[in-house]
Amino acid sequence: MSQFLEISGLCAQIDADGQEKQILRGVDLSIPPGEVHVIMGPNGSGKSTLSYVLAGREDYEVTAGTATFHGQNLLAMEPEERAAAGLFLAFQSPIELPGVNNANFLRTAVNAVRRARGLEELDAVAFLKMAREAAKALSMAPDMLKRNVNVGFSGGEKKRNEVLQMTLLQPTFAILDETDSGLDVDALRIVAEGVNRLRAPTFSALVITHHQKLLDYLVPDRIHVMARGRIILSGGPELARQIDQEGYTKFLAEVA
Amino acid sequence: MPAVTQTREAVEKLGQSTYKWGFETDIEMDMAPKGLNEDIIRLISSRKEEPEWMLEWRLAAYKTWQAMTEPKWAKVGYPPIDYQDAHYYAAPLKKPGPKSLDEVDPELLRTYEKLGIPLHEQAMLAGVEVPEGERMPVAVDAVFDSVSVATTFRKTLEEAGVIFCPISEAVKEHPDLVRKYLGTVVPAGDNFFSALNSAVFTDGSFVYVPKGVRCPMELSTYFRINAKNTGQFERTLIVVEEGASVSYLEGCTAPMRDENQLHAAVVELVAMDDASIKYSTVQNWYPGDEDGRGGIYNFVTKRGICRGARSKISWTQVETGSAITWKYPSCILQGEGSVGEFYSVAVTNNRQQADTGTKMIHLGRNTRSTIIAKTISAGRSDSTYRGLVRVQPKASGARNFTQCDSLLIGDQCGAHTVPYIESRNMNARIEHEATTSKISEDQLFYCRQRGLSEEDAVGLIVNGFCRDVLKELPMEFAVEAQKLLQISLEGSVG
Repeated sequence: MSQFLEISGLCAQIDADGQEKQILRGVDLSIPPGEVHVIMGPNGSGKSTLSYVLAGREDYEVTAGTATFHGQNLLAMEPEERAAAGLFLAFQSPIELPGVNNANFLRTAVNAVRRARGLEELDAVAFLKMAREAAKALSMAPDMLKRNVNVGFSGGEKKRNEVLQMTLLQPTFAILDETDSGLDVDALRIVAEGVNRLRAPTFSALVITHHQKLLDYLVPDRIHVMARGRIILSGGPELARQIDQEGYTKFLAEVA
Repeated sequence: MPAVTQTREAVEKLGQSTYKWGFETDIEMDMAPKGLNEDIIRLISSRKEEPEWMLEWRLAAYKTWQAMTEPKWAKVGYPPIDYQDAHYYAAPLKKPGPKSLDEVDPELLRTYEKLGIPLHEQAMLAGVEVPEGERMPVAVDAVFDSVSVATTFRKTLEEAGVIFCPISEAVKEHPDLVRKYLGTVVPAGDNFFSALNSAVFTDGSFVYVPKGVRCPMELSTYFRINAKNTGQFERTLIVVEEGASVSYLEGCTAPMRDENQLHAAVVELVAMDDASIKYSTVQNWYPGDEDGRGGIYNFVTKRGICRGARSKISWTQVETGSAITWKYPSCILQGEGSVGEFYSVAVTNNRQQADTGTKMIHLGRNTRSTIIAKTISAGRSDSTYRGLVRVQPKASGARNFTQCDSLLIGDQCGAHTVPYIESRNMNARIEHEATTSKISEDQLFYCRQRGLSEEDAVGLIVNGFCRDVLKELPMEFAVEAQKLLQISLEGSVG
């Protein structure tokens, strides 16, 4: 129970055109509070699937293993319950919600989790003040709060919007699924700073990335390499630099 | 707005998917025997103390109706209606006309309270000075079954020169105006249901806004069907003179019952030079149970004519109720540069069927029309958008923009778009856009990951889908409509 996030032997499959396709084949991962862990690995190794399974996406069927969060059985919870419990997923491809005002969406979400966490709901004025400050810290244009959720946003704007949501929802555990992809150097720094502002002894993150660049700003505690649905190797921050220089081939060969 | 707040609360209390407004008020009724014939029409006319011309008009309409057959072209199916098996007149027994709300049957007031529109609050509102910058008060002409029981705000309106009264009263007190305009936009013989309405209409509203007057408040009529087996045949006539304007709100609820109830209203709007009429409807008649039993049949003819140059008529409707909806609020754009608008949200769930849309008839030069129709189908319902854009030879420079979007929830419902476009002028420009989509799993998951329940997520997505229409509604209605959309779709997902 001392552990914060504990994943053990997690297997999951997806129904692809009537065929069951095994994607996660026994993931073991443990993240203590206050740490930032990174998952790297070749395309198709199951990184995004792991993030979806942890967040509760129904398309994936968990066939074996466990995942506990704050000692609770994460896999038995609805997606919104996981959100209320403090889990946040920054989507690799944020979803557009046509006609839904971004500020309204954010406030609805923030108040939904506040309600579930037994906190008082924020009124429109208090919320907007908070949202504007958070948006400003992420160098977002003020009109982004007025626009429809992710509609017509550039790639970089969408990613910043994810970090804005994360900031406002105040999770204790955030999964960032390639939040750095498609960002220029400045945007990357701003997003990383957004994550760093949340860092606290009670906040952990699981960062999925292909690039060392983001890690220069984030300074992770542990690096995990994922391949064929399992964590095949874990190490300190130096592992990421090694992969950046040498690629995955060497590590994959070692475990094969 | 206390009245509005209570309305909202009343709607919020509908926390469950079952229709909670299914209560019946126990008031003594004065009811005509079942059936439809000349004697019944004479009875209606005499109970309403109508002048001879009105009776003649009704009888002529009845003759026309007898020669007509029920239209069958709409994509709706229902068992045959026996028009002889209904009461065509029902009125609460009343003492000689209520002078004030104190004289109104308390039972009736309680019904309104259940509906969230307590008249006494509105009467209080009438006396309240409205501070600068606050919203305009709302005047309610309450239609209880067939007789308007109480009309508030009349004094304020009188001072502005606006007439807002039950049409039966207008027939007696403003016969020249009524005679001049009644049936000019929707002639009795326009269609089967308009002919029926013209023969037997019992009440409805009359609005007259004189030249240059901006109506000082939004006018509102809450309809409610109450007596068993009584068809409702509302008749509304709104005439807005040169340079004048009015915003009219219509909202409906009906109690639960087993028999199907026929509702065939006629609404006529007339706009002179530079006049503008905004007509907003939130329709929430009882839609029937999950198997479609007992819902309202709603056959409505609504039409406005922009007679004057630069006049404007705007229809906004949110249709969530009724078992059958057959309704095409239309604009005849006669005056040069006149503008017609139609904004619609139609939601069907369970076994509901809706065939709704509009007609934009461009007669004058440089006339413009906009149609935004949003259709949401869930359960095993069927929804059709049916719209006509017609440009006549003299309508040079006419323009139309139409957008029809359908949203499907689940895999057992249907959505259909049937646009008719007829252009007889080479200079006309007509655009039609249409989309059909489903609420995606991605969208639902995204919202739920952010902490929203599945139903809240659907509500948010649906309201987003309808935003272009909802933003056209007056503020009070918009809030109510948003709630209604969500309530109407409860239980449709998952």
